[in-house]
Formats: sequence, C-alpha cells, structure tokens
Amino acid sequence: MAKITLDTLAHSYVDDPKSPADFALQELNHDWADGEAYALLGPSGCGKSTLLNIISGLLVPSHGRVLFDGEDVTHLPTADRNIAQVFQFPVVYDTMTVRQNLAFPLRNRGLPASEIDARVDRVGRMIDMEDVLDRRASGLTADAKQKISLGRGMVRDDVNALLFDEPLTVIDPHMKWELRTQLKKLHHDFGHTMIYVTHDQTEALTFADKVVVMHDGRVVQIGTPDELFERPAHTFVGYFIGSPGMNLFDAEIDGRKARIAGTQFDLGTCYGLKGGKTRIGVRPEYIRLGDHGLPARVTRVEDVGRHKIVRLDLGGQQVAAIMAEGQSVPSGGTHVQFVEGGVNIYEDEWRVPPEGGDAPLAAKKEAA
Amino acid sequence: MKTDNQKAWFLVLPVLILVAFSAVIPLMTVVNYSVQDTFGNNQFFWAGLAWFEDMLQSERMWNALGRQIVFSGIILAIEVPLGIFVALNMPKKGFWASFCLVLISLPLLIPWNVVGTIWQIFGRVDIGLLGYTLDALGIDYNYTQGFYAAWATVIAMDVWHWTSLVALLAYAGLQSIPDAYYQAAKIDQASRWAVFRYIELPKMRGVLTIAILLRFMDSFKIYTEPFVLTGGGPGNATTFLSIDLVKMALGQFDLGPAAAFSLMYFLVIMVISYVFYIVMTNLDKEEGGK
Ligand SMILES: Nc1ncnc2c1ncn2[C@@H]1O[C@H](COP(=O)(O)OP(=O)(O)OP(=O)(O)O)[C@@H](O)[C@H]1O
Ligand SMILES: [Mg+2]
Repeated sequence: MAKITLDTLAHSYVDDPKSPADFALQELNHDWADGEAYALLGPSGCGKSTLLNIISGLLVPSHGRVLFDGEDVTHLPTADRNIAQVFQFPVVYDTMTVRQNLAFPLRNRGLPASEIDARVDRVGRMIDMEDVLDRRASGLTADAKQKISLGRGMVRDDVNALLFDEPLTVIDPHMKWELRTQLKKLHHDFGHTMIYVTHDQTEALTFADKVVVMHDGRVVQIGTPDELFERPAHTFVGYFIGSPGMNLFDAEIDGRKARIAGTQFDLGTCYGLKGGKTRIGVRPEYIRLGDHGLPARVTRVEDVGRHKIVRLDLGGQQVAAIMAEGQSVPSGGTHVQFVEGGVNIYEDEWRVPPEGGDAPLAAKKEAA
Repeated sequence: MKTDNQKAWFLVLPVLILVAFSAVIPLMTVVNYSVQDTFGNNQFFWAGLAWFEDMLQSERMWNALGRQIVFSGIILAIEVPLGIFVALNMPKKGFWASFCLVLISLPLLIPWNVVGTIWQIFGRVDIGLLGYTLDALGIDYNYTQGFYAAWATVIAMDVWHWTSLVALLAYAGLQSIPDAYYQAAKIDQASRWAVFRYIELPKMRGVLTIAILLRFMDSFKIYTEPFVLTGGGPGNATTFLSIDLVKMALGQFDLGPAAAFSLMYFLVIMVISYVFYIVMTNLDKEEGGK
C-alpha cells in the first residue's frame, strides 16, 4: 500500500505537443492518500483511462513524475509497481477455466498452491461465480467475463493500489450494486488505495470517500460528495453532478448586488471579482417558486415519481426547479427565488468564494 | 410464401456450367480412364478396378507417397513456427510495418517455375552464391548428386517461397488482438511465454488452421519447383507424388494406372484435409462450449 503522488504530471499522445489541446491530460499535481477510496468521475474522453494507465505504468507520461511513497517510479515497468488494474474492456484468457483465470496473477507471482486456492475460492464467492469455477472462460456471457476480469483484480491483496476502469459497465443494475458492495467491503478489509473510474455519478458518489472530477483532461475538483453537490468548484461540476444539473444564470454582479435578466437582487455578501464573465449557479433543489423574486414562466412539468421537475423560462434562460410531489405547480407566470446559501458565484467558469470565506458545510445544510 | 415458378434456377445455371466444365467433366474423364485399358488407336477396353488394385500394390506409388508425406511434414514443421516467429517480430504499425509486409510478400509473387530456376542457379557450385559458398566452406554440396543436398535444397526453396504466407496470416491474427489483452497480461505479470501461450496462440488459432490447411494441400501437390530444380532426382530421391504421376501419364503414357493414381491422390488430400479441419473445429467447440 502506498501514497501515490503525481508531480506536474501531463500527458500528450502526440510527439511534439504545442497547444494545450494536444494534451490528453493537462498538468496535474495531486496526492492520492494511502488507503483512501477515490472515484474518478468524468465524461467520455476526458482522460480517465490515460491517468490510470500512467499510474499503473502501462503508459509513460510525456511530462512530470509519478511517485509511490516518495519514490520516483515514472519509468518503472508495470510488473515492478505491484498494482492491480481492471480494464474497461473485459479481458479473459479464453483457453483457461474461470479458476485458472483468477489464479493467473497469483501463479505468475509464484504463490504457494494452497494460498492460491484459498484466495481464488474467496474471490469466486465475492463475484458470485463459485459454481462455475471449473468452466471454460471463453463460453461465458459478457457480464460473467467482466466479473472474471474484476475478480483477477481482487485476488491480490498485497498491492500498492487497486485501479478500476469502469469495471461494471455491462453488468445488470442489481449485480452492479452487489459487486460495488463487495468492493467497498474489500476496501474496508484490506485498506488498499483504490481508484474507481466511472462516468456514472451515482456509482461515484456511493463508492468513494473522495470524488475526483475530470473535464477535458483537467482535474476540476476533488472533494466529498457533499462538497461536489453544495459547492461545485467549476461550472462543469455543477452541471455534471446532480440530476438535473445546476442552473447557471448569466449575471452582472456589483458588490453585493446581482442582476439577472434585468431584475436586481441582493446577494447578502460581497465577492472578490476580477472583472471576468460572471454567472450565478443555483441547484434545482434550491429554487422556490412564489409571488416575488425573478419573474419567470413555467414551460413544462416532468413527474419523475419522487418529485417533480419544473422547467421555466426566465428572460430567455432555461431554468429547472425541483418540487416535492405534493406541491402544486403554478401555471404560466410565476417568480423564482433562490434558497439562502444555495447560491454559488462563478467567474470565468471557476467558483469564487464569498468574502470572508465559506461557511462550514454542515451549518449551511441546516439553513437550506 | 408460395413459389410461382422455377425461374430462379436459371440464375445459378452459369455457375453450374462453369463448374461442370472446369471440374466435373475433367474429373469424370479421369474416372473414365481409370477403369479402362487401351493399346493405342483410341480403342478402350473395360478394365474394372484392376488399375486401382495395381496401384495399391505398386511399391513405386507407396514410395512416392512416403516421400510426399515426409516432405509435407517437414515443411509444415518449419514454416508454421517460423511464420509465427516472423509475425511476432514484425512491427505493429507505422512505416516499417508496411515496409515489412511488402518485403515478406515478395516471394509469394514469384511464379513456381521461376522459383525453381532461381534456386537451381543459386545452388550451383560453379556460379550460384549458395553452392559456391558451401563449396568454399568445404561442405560437400551438390543437389544433383547428393540425396541430402537435394532434399535440403527443395525444402529450403519451399520454406523461402511459402513461409511468408504463414507469416502474413499469423500477422493478421495478431493485429486483431485488442490492446487491453496485453495490458491485462502486464498487470497480471505474465511472462513473454505466457502471453504467447494464453493470448496470442489462442487468438491465432483460426488463421493458423487456414494456413496449415493451405500449406498442406499445396505442398502435397508440389510439382513445378522440384521438377525444375532436380527433375525428381537424384534417382527417385525427390520424386514426389505429382512428379511421379506426370512421369507415368505423359512419360510412359500409362493413362489407366495414372488415372487411378490421380483419383487416389485426390482422395488422400481430401481425407487428410477433412480430418484436420474436423479436429481443429472440434477443439474450438470444446473450448467454446464446455
Ligand atoms: N492510444 C492513444 N493514442 C492517441 N490518443 C489517445 C489514445 N488513447 C486515448 N487517446 C485520446 O486521449 C483522450 C483521453 O482518452 P481516455 O481514454 O483517457 O479517456 P477516458 O476518460 O478514459 O474516456 P472513456 O470514458 O471513453 O473511457 C481522448 O481524446 C482520446 O481520444
Ligand atoms: Mg476510458
């Protein structure tokens, strides 16, 4: 087990990168704390697999260094890093049985047979395949193959880190939940550093202590699920996390006063702005409809069971609001209000904290 | 649905006619010869299965068949591993990949009789590079005189001519393996041998089956190259089945025995290919199904 440090790390797949657009991974400094479970969340093509492959040594970064417990491993081959990684694309060794597949990484490391048997049996139970252990792997279904892939990552319990690259994509929802629980248990029992890549926010938020959000080759925020929800550091996080995502209003801000679509209101605090493009972000959960506030018009109501999503038009900008199942929705003209503490200010896409700093999260939650 | 007429049959008629002229009719001619005898003048007599019995008892045919099997066995044993080895060591992409592909395809583009001639000259002790060099090194090499020299040259010639085919097919098989397999193998700390044994070889099995079948059938019918190089000699040392057959049919004009011989020859190739194919596909099923 190890602390993994990324030091001014960047990667480009082209030989002679010139512009930032040539980089699949923008410059990044980060410590992955020993024994912590991280989720790496981001849309397709944002560089998640690239980052994992650099950590496991399958890819040598074009810039910067990777350190394990302070020791430079940037050019160390995969075999010497002692890392388990499960890939997006399920890999099974076709000519082997399920048991042989699971035992393969252990046999290659020369473990005694009794030890191998015990561990394979344990993992076979964890992935719910103990009754097919002696079947050939090639004839199995896609989700069984993905489970075998996952199992090969889970049999090794002395690893520096466990990396999962969207390991559950083709598995059905119930089994997914089951396997995620097993992974959390594995983490609890052995305390490995774990990085779990996904582009499913529920999966990320339920799996990890810390979620790392990536966008366009850049890490835009690292935080607890709560922090990502309440204080998205970048408009992308606000929009990507939550369903529906955060509302973003083009706004003019002057001291404590803000103006959206011609209506001025008081923000309550000052923000240290530098004159860039300003936007106000408010989650649909923190929008109330009523008799005063910003004039808006209801355009559509979607009932999703637990609650209703109300779509509004506010001076040409689209707004989503969440209302409890029982509440009555006004039709036509209404007014939009923001719940106090539910407002985030963005300048050039990045969040600007209020002057005097953020209130502690717990306190804010009660206010909301 | 009901079929109103049988017009569709006309669409397959051209193919039927083509196949009839190119395969069935010549084959039936051979069958026809194989059961008749002639003393010239285009007069034929019914001979029944006499020629087949004759041929089955002919030491000459059994010897040729033996040589043929040894030859095919040897070239398969060399070309298949060598082709795989070449494929494994070829660059995967970029300029050099294309370059290597063109380079190793070259021998395949040369006609059989030219290959024979090339090696005939190449192996000559007086003017050929190979023959001269071996001679200069003090090795007693003369493919027109020595049994082993003749065999070695014929085998070297076939390996030179056809290993590329195996290599190309194996290379195509290797190219179809997704990167993730190699990455997983690295994570699992698989040795180079294990990567070959558990990833590359299983993924190449399909193309290798085809390569072996093609090389077996083709080498079993080999004629032009050894004919140009050694003419079947020294003695009968490199008289393979088809060389023997042509000697019999055209040299001695023994049409009846030669026809019986051809039919049995044809049957042997079919049976061996069929058995091989069945074994390979059954292996596949076992691995897939069980
Ligand atoms: N081998 C490669 N050569 C060149 N470009 C690559 C290569 N692999 C990835 N890229 C590019 O780098 C960027 C990041 O890719 P990466 O595979 O890391 O994304 P990802 O976040 O894992 O996406 P996904 O969720 O689809 O798996 C993409 O724009 C991709 O096109
Ligand atoms: Mg990926």
